[in-house]
Amino acid sequence: MKATGNAIKYGDNIDTDVIIPARYLNTTDPKELAPHCMEDIDKDFSKRVQAGDVMVGGKNFGCGSSREHAPIAIKESGISCVIAATFARIFYRNAINIGLPIVECPEASEKIQAGDKISVDFDTGVITNLTRNESYQGEPFPAFIQGIISAGGLMNAIKAGKL
Amino acid sequence: MGMTMTQKILASHAGMDHVSAGQLIRAKVDLVLGNDITAPVAIIEFEKAGLEKVFDRDKIALVMDHFTPNKDIKAAEQCKTVRTFAKKHQITNFFDVGKVGVEHALLPEMGLVKPGDLIIGADSHTCTYGALGAFSTGVGSTDMAAGMATGLCWLKVPTAMRFILKGKLKEWVSGKDVILQIIGMIGVDGALYQSMEFTGEGLASLTMEDRLCMANMAIEAGAKNGAFEYDEKTEQFAKEHNCAPWTVYQADEDAEYTKTFEIDLSAIEPTVSLPHLPENAKPVSEVGEITIDQAVIGSCTNGRIEDLRVAAKIFEGRQVHDGVRCIVIPATQKIMLQAMEEGLVKTFIDAGCAVSTPTCGPCLGGHMGILAKGERAVATTNRNFVGRMGHTGSEVYLASPAVAAASAIAGKLVTPESVLGGKV
Repeated sequence: MKATGNAIKYGDNIDTDVIIPARYLNTTDPKELAPHCMEDIDKDFSKRVQAGDVMVGGKNFGCGSSREHAPIAIKESGISCVIAATFARIFYRNAINIGLPIVECPEASEKIQAGDKISVDFDTGVITNLTRNESYQGEPFPAFIQGIISAGGLMNAIKAGKL
Repeated sequence: MGMTMTQKILASHAGMDHVSAGQLIRAKVDLVLGNDITAPVAIIEFEKAGLEKVFDRDKIALVMDHFTPNKDIKAAEQCKTVRTFAKKHQITNFFDVGKVGVEHALLPEMGLVKPGDLIIGADSHTCTYGALGAFSTGVGSTDMAAGMATGLCWLKVPTAMRFILKGKLKEWVSGKDVILQIIGMIGVDGALYQSMEFTGEGLASLTMEDRLCMANMAIEAGAKNGAFEYDEKTEQFAKEHNCAPWTVYQADEDAEYTKTFEIDLSAIEPTVSLPHLPENAKPVSEVGEITIDQAVIGSCTNGRIEDLRVAAKIFEGRQVHDGVRCIVIPATQKIMLQAMEEGLVKTFIDAGCAVSTPTCGPCLGGHMGILAKGERAVATTNRNFVGRMGHTGSEVYLASPAVAAASAIAGKLVTPESVLGGKV
């Protein structure tokens, strides 16, 4: 599986309160959540984002609240993959469970600049920066987690009797 | 190689003799928790998958605490979704307005979590129950849905950091000050993917309230869980709360830790975490003149009876500063009643505080105390991220109940001593 898109870049400790503020948590509808994604630190994100874009964060991406609304809002916005130096653990498992591709790669997080065209190969963890002609080795998922992702998320994996 | 306390609980729940850090396991859960924000998403996933039955109606807790009493029509719809699900599946532990309390104060109080348990909750502060010698961790709504269906959860066995506590806390210093100092020391990702295990002779001087508060904020250092070594106080708490028979797990002597810290409790000062990260911890005495508009005393971190007793001692015979709104939120109905019986509620109201029915409300900027642009709050809650309690241009300063109460009286961030000594 591969994703290709332009990078939208943020810093360290992007918390789930800024990914989707709690004032919008009175809904579960992805279509209502997505227009407010990132708005507290990047007002124009929802207007700027193009289907396939890659979100790049620093360390501890997705820290804070366990709200699954955060990866749901990112996914619904059209982001094809989130790359970060490290992920907060609840965001990490939520992304896997709902089928939002993520890759941990400190080098990519540092070197990718906003607007760079990025291609990500989820099977190998290789991230290619087409703008800068560089590639970075991300951490590929272990087989168990690959299984959840290839089933299309945790509930599908359970339904298919894979877990 | 030996196992940490956390690893032992995980091994036993995975039906294994031994687990190692990094290993992926599927473990049996003793309780699956969700609230009015996260359970609706879990219920949608549960029903979308066409699942008919929950694994055990006694082992699911649904707690309507975040946007309740319903703050708006959408919040009311979300609670209704959960209420309908609870009725359909005859969920034993469904808590609605009138019986509800803030989840992480309520479940220990009800004896629904006990030493040695494995608890997952669709709420990041589920790590609170580590105070009782349990493994508990925050997960997402899909994990909750899967847990409700199967009684199982996938987990990666964590490494651990060890905190050896020594000495005794000074007067007016609490577990909140300790955990803010620790987060300040290791950072908001200092314990990422790891357990924080607390041990040492200093444990004896920490109340269960101190421990619940410290385990609660393990997530603010990125930790998977916080775990306190089982001792006499744990045993007494479990007995007093009529817990079902429990198992005690203790770390092996040769357990491996990525880091060990020694914390001298007697050296800890009243502490505050400045905006916009819990790691910005500083002694209150060093922050200078920071005026406040609001004080919030409550939440899953510091809404327990001991927290209210400490705050009331400071408010006794004093007044909330002009221009400061002070909101006190006892975390459960039982705590509210106890606070009334002990005269604490009267003390708060006499001092000019608003006292609310249990809710998470202002902690996450839901309702019951939202901040306007440019306003500052001191809060006994757990997060001070951008916009956490309201406008993105507002600020939250995290502190203990003692510091919050003293600051409400002074109208600015101060130590409890400065108010009690009549300096302000």
